[in-house]
Amino acid sequence: MLLLENVCKSYREPNGDPLPILDIERLEINAGEQVVLRGRSGCGKTTLLNCIAGLTTVDGGRIEINGHDIVRLPEVTRDRFRALHLGIVFQTFNLLPAFTALENVLLGMTFTGQKPDAGRAEHLLDEIGLGHRLSHKPAALSVGEQQRVAVARALVNQPSLLLADEPTANVDAGHQQQIIDLLRGACEREKVAMLLVTHSPEVAAQFDRVEQLEDVNRAARVA
Amino acid sequence: MSFWKIAWRNMQQRALASSLTGLSMALGVALMILVIVIHEVTVEQFESDAQGYHLIVGGSKGGDLQLVMTTVFHLGKPMYPIPYSYYQKFTEGEFAQYTEAAIPYCLGDSYHQGGYQFRVVATSPDLFEKISYGVDEEGNDRRYEFRLGRNFESNHFFEAVVGSVVAKKTGLKVGDSFQPTHGMSSRGDKHVGFEVVGILAPTGTSNDRAMFINLEGFYLLENHALLPEENIENETTHVDHEDIDPNDPNRGHLPLPEAQREVTSILVLCKQEYGTEAMVLDNAINKGKDRTAQAVAPAAVVGRLLDGIIGPVRLVLLVLTILIVVVAGISILVSIYNSMSERSQDIAVMRALGASRSAVMGIILVESILLSLLGGIAGVLLGHAVLGLASPYVEAQAGITLRFWQFNWQEMLLIPGLVGFASLVGFLPALTAYRTDVGRTLGGGR
Repeated sequence: MLLLENVCKSYREPNGDPLPILDIERLEINAGEQVVLRGRSGCGKTTLLNCIAGLTTVDGGRIEINGHDIVRLPEVTRDRFRALHLGIVFQTFNLLPAFTALENVLLGMTFTGQKPDAGRAEHLLDEIGLGHRLSHKPAALSVGEQQRVAVARALVNQPSLLLADEPTANVDAGHQQQIIDLLRGACEREKVAMLLVTHSPEVAAQFDRVEQLEDVNRAARVA
Repeated sequence: MSFWKIAWRNMQQRALASSLTGLSMALGVALMILVIVIHEVTVEQFESDAQGYHLIVGGSKGGDLQLVMTTVFHLGKPMYPIPYSYYQKFTEGEFAQYTEAAIPYCLGDSYHQGGYQFRVVATSPDLFEKISYGVDEEGNDRRYEFRLGRNFESNHFFEAVVGSVVAKKTGLKVGDSFQPTHGMSSRGDKHVGFEVVGILAPTGTSNDRAMFINLEGFYLLENHALLPEENIENETTHVDHEDIDPNDPNRGHLPLPEAQREVTSILVLCKQEYGTEAMVLDNAINKGKDRTAQAVAPAAVVGRLLDGIIGPVRLVLLVLTILIVVVAGISILVSIYNSMSERSQDIAVMRALGASRSAVMGIILVESILLSLLGGIAGVLLGHAVLGLASPYVEAQAGITLRFWQFNWQEMLLIPGLVGFASLVGFLPALTAYRTDVGRTLGGGR
């Protein structure tokens, strides 16, 4: 389902020298598989997720999702591909404050090129216990509720892969487990593969597969 | 969810800033509407006021503009009068062969009530019978009509007809009487009363705010007659009190001798047999040996006034209002542009959800267009509301009739104009949205 081969990414130092960030020889995730990615802070985990999502261009290599090498896709096609096949849950939830819970979920459908299905968005929110909070804006929702809306938004297009970037980093231990349960349950129900970045050993311990991102010659590699 | 809804929600999120920028656009557009509509109405009114006759003849001391302003628009100080005998040239003298109708005007009196001042025009009943006031949409002459009552009769010296605005503002009804004041000041001596026998239907001309009294009665008022020359037989203008018939509408007065009469101006409707009568009369009056009077073609004077004064003033006002709209547009640019840094996260999230660069750019452009359009529509409504509210005052003061629903075709250009302008001012912030680095904004620096 997801295959990374020889993916490398570097930034430029202020003096113009290249700063290697990623050097992934191979990483593969199967359909419906749930994988945790760990690594020390600043080692390039978020950059890797951005590269997989096509939000950051790579210097070389292949990122294949459902057989499509997104590195070779033109940007506009890649954007549409992302809307249709990928779901993203951010560390800070990143709900848009001007929109209601339902509208935030519908926003996830807006850029697919297909007619937004309000019924599905409502159904998803109802399923995660927010059926009574559809018209509330993020400011009126609790932290847990906001994260649930973010999960619903990520899953609304029935993507093949969910990328979750430290979704439990900003919540207390009680909420942490709720979020993990929510993500795992939703991905199982929707048959969505998940690549979850976390620092937490407790979270990582709940997953069958944990990949470690380690610095080798300054660039992160999958151990 | 449509881009319009996304843009609308963004505007709602910054309600105060959006409202203020929209308001500044609304004020600019409202001013533009006022300039466009008032100019159109003024031009239309000026042009229609100056129709219905060919020439105005008045004293030669003074300019043609003064003659037109005092005679047609009831504005400014009346000119020095010309002898009655000059008027008779049009009725029975050398100019009669070219003249269809000659309407004498005697100006100089006024009527004051409730803070309003109305000009009193002494004339003959022919004004409402032989002269029209412009043409309607089908090209037919517009004839004076009476909303109530009738025209005054030439042999009833103290009868009067009032314009529609005068009747509305003063509350004068048929059967009421009013006392004109000598001169234009409210402190002038009051003359004897005139009975209102008719109220004109609205004409949309400056005659709506004038009061028309019988010329014969005017001559009989104090200080309106020339002193009799010694060699003229002393004709009496009144009879002894005990001989007055109580049913005499003229209160025992006899007409003023012609030698003691003057007129301020004459409206001349020329015959149309050869099509050159007006030109002949114009030449005869302005280029003949007798330079007692001057003749002006009101349409030409009004045209010159519009082209020479009102047109350029309108242009200056229009340029100023366009500048105001431009400033309002720049305020939209500044408002959206300043919000871009705080919205970069939202833009990055939309990009992460699959929005293309063009899509986020489009959303910002739509927001700019929406702000301009809503401000513009509010401005159109505001401008027309001001027109409607100012209408009674402007009508009473200047005789220009304004209506809330008076639209000008140029207003239709505002909508595409605003859309184009908004796209222009929204381009810079939209470009910022286009260039948003999603990876860095969402925290993927490393």
